This record gives sequence, C-alpha cells and structure tokens, in this order.
Amino acid sequence: MAENTILPPLAERSGALRWLRKNLFGSWVDSILTVVGALIIFWVVKAVLVWVFTVAEWQVVTTNLRLFMVGQYPLEQVWRLWLALAFIMFLIGNSLAIWARKSYLITILLIAFPLLLALLPFGVEPRKWMIILTVVGVIGWLIGRAKPQALSRHVIIGWIICLPIFILLTRGFTPQEGFMPIVQTNVWGGLLLTFLLTIVGIIFSFPLGVLLALGRRSELPAIRITSVLYIELIRGVPLITLFFMAQLMLPLFLPTGVTIDRVLRAMVAVILFSAAYLAENVRGGLQAIPKGQFEAAQALGLSGFKTMYFIILPQALRLIIPILVGQFIGVFKDTSLVAIVGLFDLVGIAQTVLSQPEFLGLQREVYVFISLIYWVLSYGMSYLSQQLEIKLGVGKR
Amino acid sequence: MQAGVKQKTTIPFWRDERILKILGQVVFIIGLLFAGSIIWKNMQAGLAKQGITLSFQFLKSIAGFDISEMLIEYTRESSYWQAYQVGLLNTLSVSIVGVIASTMLGVILGVSRLSTNFLINRLAAFYLELMRNLSLLVFLIFWYLGVFLKLPKVKEAIIWNGNIFLTNRGVGIPWGIPTASYPTFRLILLIGIILAVIVFFALRAYSKRTGKAPLTTLWTLLTFIIVAVIGWYVLPEKPLTLDVTRVEGLRITGGKILSPEFLALTSGLVLYTSAFIGEVVRSGIQSVSKGQVEAAHALGLSKFKTLRLIVFPQALRVIIPPLTSQYLNLIKNSSLAIAVGYPDVFYVSNTVLNQTGRAVEMISMVMLTYLIFSLITSILMNWYNAKIKLVER
Repeated sequence: MAENTILPPLAERSGALRWLRKNLFGSWVDSILTVVGALIIFWVVKAVLVWVFTVAEWQVVTTNLRLFMVGQYPLEQVWRLWLALAFIMFLIGNSLAIWARKSYLITILLIAFPLLLALLPFGVEPRKWMIILTVVGVIGWLIGRAKPQALSRHVIIGWIICLPIFILLTRGFTPQEGFMPIVQTNVWGGLLLTFLLTIVGIIFSFPLGVLLALGRRSELPAIRITSVLYIELIRGVPLITLFFMAQLMLPLFLPTGVTIDRVLRAMVAVILFSAAYLAENVRGGLQAIPKGQFEAAQALGLSGFKTMYFIILPQALRLIIPILVGQFIGVFKDTSLVAIVGLFDLVGIAQTVLSQPEFLGLQREVYVFISLIYWVLSYGMSYLSQQLEIKLGVGKR
Repeated sequence: MQAGVKQKTTIPFWRDERILKILGQVVFIIGLLFAGSIIWKNMQAGLAKQGITLSFQFLKSIAGFDISEMLIEYTRESSYWQAYQVGLLNTLSVSIVGVIASTMLGVILGVSRLSTNFLINRLAAFYLELMRNLSLLVFLIFWYLGVFLKLPKVKEAIIWNGNIFLTNRGVGIPWGIPTASYPTFRLILLIGIILAVIVFFALRAYSKRTGKAPLTTLWTLLTFIIVAVIGWYVLPEKPLTLDVTRVEGLRITGGKILSPEFLALTSGLVLYTSAFIGEVVRSGIQSVSKGQVEAAHALGLSKFKTLRLIVFPQALRVIIPPLTSQYLNLIKNSSLAIAVGYPDVFYVSNTVLNQTGRAVEMISMVMLTYLIFSLITSILMNWYNAKIKLVER
C-alpha cells in the first residue's frame, strides 16, 4: 500500500451528499433502482422482523435444542461428547497460538465461540460445558504460545488422532454397566451426526480422491480408463441415488451374514461421492504444477513415486487448499440428504420434532432454525479459511 | 566392446519398465474383475434369498399407484414403464424451466453485483452470500412447507389482479384454450420459425461479408414475433381463448393450476442455482481486462456496443464451462423433488422400488437416466463452447 496514490480534486473527495450522488443517484436509472431497492429492503426487513419477534413461536426450538444438537443420544452420556469437544478446543487453541500468531480476531472469535453459544437458551449443564470449552481453549492457546516450536509436532499428531478419539468417545467401548457404555449409531443424531458424516466423508475420501486424480493422469490406459469411468459416473448422478444405493444395494453386495449399520452405509456413500469431486480438484492442482518440477525431480534421480510424494503432491495440494475448503462446505451441506433415507441428522430430527402433536404447523420456525445453523457454519468456515489464507499466504507463494 | 554394451542394455524383465507397466495393468484388471465377481456373486445369492432374479420384465406389470402430475396419459392401470416415463418428463420440465429461469436471474444477479449503484450492489451480494451458504434440501423443504403450503386455503385465496389465484392447493394462472383455428395458427408459427431461421442465416452471411455486426438475435426474434402477431389478427377466429381460474367448492379449476410441489421445487432450485450462476457471471465479466473496455471506448464504440461486441463475447468464454456444471447441478438437484413430493423420475422410481422390491434394477435405471441427462447437457454445452472459444493461430 506504499504506492503514490493520486488524490482526486478536493471537490470530489468528501461529503456524504457527494457519496450519495456518485453511488446511489448517478443517473435517473440509478435513482429508480435505488428507490426500488430501498423499498424492497424495507418491506423484507420489516416482514422478517415482525415474523421473528411477534409471530414465530420459538419454544419449538428451545425445548428441542438437545435433539437438534445430538439427537437421541442418551442424556447421561453427553459428557463424553463435551469431553471430545474440549480436546478439539485445546488443539484449536494450540494451533492458533502456533500457526496464526497474529490473527487476533480469528483467535478471539474461535475461542470465544462456545461462550457466545452460551448466550443461547441452553440449560445449565451445557452452559457450564461451554464455559469450560472456552477456558480449555484459552489454556491451549497459552501453552501453545509458551512453546510454539516444541509443540507443533504434538499438535499435528493430536489432530491426526482427534477423529478416532471423537468416534471412540461417541461410540463408547464398554458394555452397558461399564464406564463408557456403547451407544449404538441409531441414536446418533442432529448436528453430531451431520458433523460426523461430513468429517469422516472428507477424511476418508481424501486418499481415494488423490489416487483417482493420479490414476486419471496415469499413462497406463487400464488405470486411466477405470479412474475416468469412476469419476464421471459418480459426478453424473445425484448424491441421493448414491445414498439409496448404499442403503439398498450395498447390503446385497456383501457376503451373507455380514451387515453394516445404516450410518456407516451413509458414510460410504459420502466417501464415494466426495472422492470423485476431490479427484477433479486435485487434478486441477496437479495440472497447475509446471513440467519443470517433474523434470527437475527426474534429473535428481527420484523415482516416480518419490517425485509424486515429495515434489508434486505437496505443491499441488497446497495450491488447492481453498478449493478443498469449498468442497468441505459442500459436503457439509449435502449430508442433509441422509434425512431422505431415514437417518436422523439435523433435517431428520427436524422432521421428527415436527411430527410431535404439540409442534404441528411450526415448520417455518424449525426450518429457519436449521437453515441458520447451516448458514452460520458454512459462512463461518469460508470466512475463516479466507482470513487464514490471507494470513498464512496459503495458495500463493 | 560392442558385445559388452549390448549385454548391458538387456535388462531382466522384472526391471523392464515396459513389461512392468503391462504387468501392472493386467494385475489391476484381474483384481478389479475379481472384486466385481465377488460382488456379483454376493448379489446373486442375496437376490436368490429374496426370491427374485435380475430382470426388467416387471416394468410391464400394472403400476396401481396414482401420480399427481403428468404430461402424458397415465392412470392406475398403466404399467411401471409408463409411470417411469411420466417421471422422466416431469424431471425434464423442471430442468428446462429451471435452467432457463436460473440463467436469467443469474445474469441479473451477476450484473447487479457489478453495479456502480451501491445499494443494488450490496443487495445482490447479500443475496448471493445468503443462498450460497444454505443447504439446498433444507431450503427446499422450508420453501415448500413454510411458504407454499402456508398460503391461504382455497376459500380465502389471495386473488391478484382478478386472475391469479394463490392458494395452498396451487397457484392458478390464466391459460389459453385452443379453438378451431388453432391448427392453422400452429402452421403460421412454424412459418414464423422458418422465416426467423432464414433471417438469422442471412444476417450472419451479411455480417461475414461486410464485417458489420447486426443485432442478429434481436432481428431473428422480431421476425418470429411479427409473423405470430400478424397470424393472430389475420385469422377469423382467435386461435386461443383465455381461460381464467375460478373457485369451485373446495378447489380451484380452470386456467392453468401449478401445483405447490412443482412451484416450490422449480422456484427453489432457481433461487438457489441462480446465486451460483450470478457468481459465475460476475467473475466472467470481471475477467475481461479493463484495457479492452478502454480500447473500445477509444475506438469510439458506444457503451452498449462495447458490452455487446467486446465484453460479452470474451466473458462468455470464461462463463460457459462453470455455467455448464451449474446446469448439471440443477438437473441433478431436481432429484430432491422427493423431499417436496413432486413426482419426478427419482420419486416415481422410488415408489416403484418400494412396491416391487426391485432395488438393483430401479437404482440402475435412475442412475443411467441422470447419466444420460448429464451427458446430453455436457455435449450441448461443449459444442457451444467450441463454437465461441478463442480461435488461435
């Protein structure tokens, strides 16, 4: 920003009236558009405000908040989920202190997020946990700040084992009387299920997607054609058909006696789906790597595998991080389709809530609430990733 | 000396890259076939246990269920195959209406997003951010249950301008009913189309010969419209009479009744997809460098001509590929009709599946249907893309 900017003449530089004239009433067409736009804004905002504050009956949301968050997950076991969240919060605090030292706004937003949630009408118990989460986040941040170099390795390991830990805590591992009784997947629900489907889907589709992308660029026709067929087949059909396939056909494909539960089947569908799209994104990244990189690696005597693993893939993946975030958001939004095959994710829970006689006819409230959750999380993720990209210089170098 | 070199160049076959490559592929294919055969056998065994064998014969049996909306003849006594066709046509109609409407709205949004008018610009930006971060399924369900089904009952219908009826049983709009002279009118329309095509090619040839750029699309459309209007007034009897919706007891009849399912699905898809198309259009227009516009102005082209001859053709090249994928998304997303109860191909097939238990056949059929849709769309758009792309030396 150190360039010499040429200032406009004094007369054009300031003044609210001038701004209005330039930006809102430049010509008569502009003026009409402005007036129409202002009227639309006025009517919409008024209608929305009136509905939100006088018509809508929000108790359908407040009384079912726990259902929306975790579904039928047993109340006395919910502490396990909080524990898992606390672990993640600790890692977030650590990571922010190590890799995003100067992003104060993001740090504060992320760590204070549970506190903000506590302002919503949750019960006493969840609020207590939310405060604990923030405290854990702050502790993680302080620890990370004290020893950033020494910790970074541990934090990466922490992130890697984070998903297994989360699933282990959610599912439990002891029989009914034990310390952590097993909670069957059929009672997992709400936002918890949505998140698990998304995260498992993305993580497990990643290796498959990279392999498919490499396969599509392979010079061996058999592998190339198989990859192309797979990618185009999956990209050509709607996700919902894949969910139906996973629910109805997958059991047929397995040997008799082997059954996999419904949540797992949905996860398989998400993985298969996401891998095909990921493969195309990775291919885009691979194509952006200049040929010189391959040639240089070969000149150094690296084998084909080593060239890919040490030279090409790290650069290609770095290039497409922003696109990957976009895909993550896409998968997060798309997992809502599992409701159609009868799982109780956010949308499935919404349907159950609305089928209770005391909440009949409150579709608007429930679906506005669900939309809001999706919107805030999707927008939040894309905003965070944009900010982090700018701070970290990801994607350009 | 010579012999020594020769000996060194012969590599054992397990280190010969050419042989290894072929061997690798053979192993890969064998593995694939092996996995496929296991899956096939399991499926056969599983189906045998249910007492069915793979076959499409069941498509000929009587469906026995009703479909709320159809473009072709269909009754409970029709076959499953006919039910499938009804669904197919419904998907097509939603897709075609959706693609056209979302393109128009998307272009408006994209241009508004670049408007110098602060308010319009912000309004478009807000809309884009709002829609792009919603989950389409949730939005569609909300749009259907929360908006279209919450319209007043037939008795308290909102009547707009005396002829548009808004009710929770559907929206009624005036519609033309063909009269005796309609076949003649259709003939006139055909002549109009032929004339329009002639005008189109004549103008193109003129443009090639002289290097001028006439408003080809405008004149083509105008030719057609003029012929149609003349035909309308020349005929002794009006080819169409206007039929207005009216309330009859607990339902509305007459005119064209658009079901809430169709409206919710189509408009929901359009509102959602147009946000993405808006972004595509915006980035396409922005991709045209400022120098191009400045050069056009320097050459004395008017604002409109700059847009039409300089900015738009160049932006189009950037826009078409992502636009194609948005069209494909819209077509695939139309399968969410099942969430609002609109009988598209997926919904109908699912009903058939539930009745007959033919999961493998029906799911394959649906997947194939969408694959063919995607393929056709891709081919059309690629053809168009090839036509407009930059001709380089």
